[in-house]
Amino acid sequence: MTAVRKHGPWALVGALGAAALAVVATQRGETVNALWIVVAAVSVYLIAYRYYSLFIADRIMRLDPTRETPALRHNDGLDYVPTDKYVLFGHHFAAIAGAGPLVGPVLAAQMGYLPGLLWILAGVVLAGAVQDFMVLFVSMRRDGRSLGELIRSELGTIPGIVALFGAFLIMVIILAVLALIVVKALAESPWGTFTVMATIPIALLMGVYSRWIRPGRIGEVSILGFVLLMAAILYGQIVADDPTLAAMFTFTGTQLCWMLIGYGFVASILPVWLLLAPRDYLSTFLKIGTIVGLALGILVLAPHLQMPAVTKFVDGTGPVWSGSLFPFLFITIACGAVSGFHSLISSGTTPKLIDNEVNARFIGYGGMLMESFVAVMALVAASVIDPGVYFTMNAPAAVVGTTPESASAAVTAMGFPISAETIRQTASDVGEHTVISRAGGAPTLAVGMAHIISNVVGGKAMMAFWYHFAILFEALFILTAVDAGTRAGRFMLQDLIGVAVPAFKDTASWGPSIVATALCVAFWGFFLYQGVTDPLGGVNTLWPLFGISNQMLAAIALTLCTVVIFKMKRERYALVTIVPTLWLIACTLTAGLQKVFSADPRVGFLAHAERYATALAEGKVLAPARSADQMRQIVFNDRVDAVLALLFVAVVVAIVVFGIQACLKAYRADRWTALEADPRAVPAAAE
Amino acid sequence: MSAAAESLRERWATLTRCVCDGARLMVGQGNYDTYVAHIRKTHPDQQPMTATEFFRERQNARFGVGGRGGFRCC
Repeated sequence: MTAVRKHGPWALVGALGAAALAVVATQRGETVNALWIVVAAVSVYLIAYRYYSLFIADRIMRLDPTRETPALRHNDGLDYVPTDKYVLFGHHFAAIAGAGPLVGPVLAAQMGYLPGLLWILAGVVLAGAVQDFMVLFVSMRRDGRSLGELIRSELGTIPGIVALFGAFLIMVIILAVLALIVVKALAESPWGTFTVMATIPIALLMGVYSRWIRPGRIGEVSILGFVLLMAAILYGQIVADDPTLAAMFTFTGTQLCWMLIGYGFVASILPVWLLLAPRDYLSTFLKIGTIVGLALGILVLAPHLQMPAVTKFVDGTGPVWSGSLFPFLFITIACGAVSGFHSLISSGTTPKLIDNEVNARFIGYGGMLMESFVAVMALVAASVIDPGVYFTMNAPAAVVGTTPESASAAVTAMGFPISAETIRQTASDVGEHTVISRAGGAPTLAVGMAHIISNVVGGKAMMAFWYHFAILFEALFILTAVDAGTRAGRFMLQDLIGVAVPAFKDTASWGPSIVATALCVAFWGFFLYQGVTDPLGGVNTLWPLFGISNQMLAAIALTLCTVVIFKMKRERYALVTIVPTLWLIACTLTAGLQKVFSADPRVGFLAHAERYATALAEGKVLAPARSADQMRQIVFNDRVDAVLALLFVAVVVAIVVFGIQACLKAYRADRWTALEADPRAVPAAAE
Repeated sequence: MSAAAESLRERWATLTRCVCDGARLMVGQGNYDTYVAHIRKTHPDQQPMTATEFFRERQNARFGVGGRGGFRCC
């Protein structure tokens, strides 16, 4: 009887989720209401949290509420502070949720909403949330040390260096791909460019205010900034309508690319309080606000999904990105399902703030479920717009041309009928000259969000405002990431070069700082430029590289967790981390090798390079290149990308080999060999 | 009646404090009062930083001035 009372309600939640998933998966010919997706997702999350995360907490980790956490042991009122679990949940969620969960699902929608939805749900429950939770646990038991230090101490020095090298490559690719999203969203868009540029003086003003006028008043200064931002969006319309002003703020992708590179360099050597910190306030609060707004919008409007459950592009011929469902769907959606980058956050500030071990479950596993929900909402937003509009916006110019007529013909031929008039109308609804070939996720998401929110607040008249609000919100936190990431990359580089030239490690002196910053910007700038000038839209090349690198880091983190489980002598439960590790290895290795060696020039870098090299040798110029020099550039870029993909593959293989060795050694040992900080009970006084 | 109102007001105050703390911690600013209380209790001989110094120290720690940190997620 007690069992019924204990598990009965959960059985009902499970049944509800199963029913909702059945509706979502089997409805054909009619559109599905997005609420079914929300119900299915939330039910899956609740069941997974109640049972699976509890299983992990009790059997593998044996979380102990009486054991001292790093926050209690090292309490200094600054980095180590016992923090309320809800407050810490917010901190952790704000740190893990960025542009990734919003963009990946939008790109994945080209295969229909169902494959993406199933991967997001299965991935988060079995891999993503497990990784976040396990890494948080491992770090929490080791004084809150970082992923690199954890790998070094549990696996060895060389695996530690390999992992850090991998992390640096990821930083470079992430910065390039994020910057590319901004470029794609702002190219030829005076309204968007004006509002995003306006954030710079607004942030400077906020910086001065919180430095000298009213230090520490974050709420005040954020409200001031928010009001100015909204004014900038409204004034942006005037800019876009005025021919002279519009011309001043209309830039091509290449121009924006160079501006971003220059911005990245300057912004990352300015003092943090001037530009980075105030922009961080705006982007963080706007992000949380927009996520809440989108959730309310979906609940109130209950939109129907226009995108089919599964499109014909599951065969790998889709225009947005190339490659078959396995492995490319699973690397296209990284954040939201499983994201290796989270292992850096889970071993960053969060473990130093936990007040009680048992709360790691809510923060680690629960926080990732929350991010997954953001990904589901992004998928919904991309699927509520007309599929014809979706493919018009996301297919490269090489496929759909640049006029509404050519795009209408090309997209209709794909099987998603759309008229040139609808394309023009969509562009004018959102206040843009054109919506054709705006790959990168942000504009599509913005149209979806504008569609949802304007139906709740403001109607059609407000659609252009909400579109530019969405663009601004994404650009804002991407620019914050570019700034912060360039700084982090610069310190990493100074450390790396410092091994050979010790003077280079001095982060306070100007020479090495500027050289390291310039190098870091040059690295991501190279890939950004390549992406911006790529005829297939850039996203086609860079997003898979980003996905592979992100999943690679996840595989590394999960390998570490597996090793720790073996060292704790709890290997009978090791399948919990081994299964997702194997899956990620399969995805990253297949995708990485296909990106290098596939004979299809749309997928394989080397095949693509070969095609251009052959034509070059015959003296021909293949579109979109216009000269032999550009041909050479394309061949060179392809080969660099191939080398990078191979490096990722090599890093994964190396870490797995080290991981297996460490597991075997731990298995043969006759006792516990994990290196936890010595367990101490919470002192009575701290109660 | 007034006891119920009192408890409601108290819960409301707790909630707003929690929301404010959460919002500040999202951008890397811990609670200053907690910090001062901690220093007073464990290092009575030391003078705690002023609120402004604390604010700047936390800002620098979050964005990795002169060293590590500054990681942001995708």
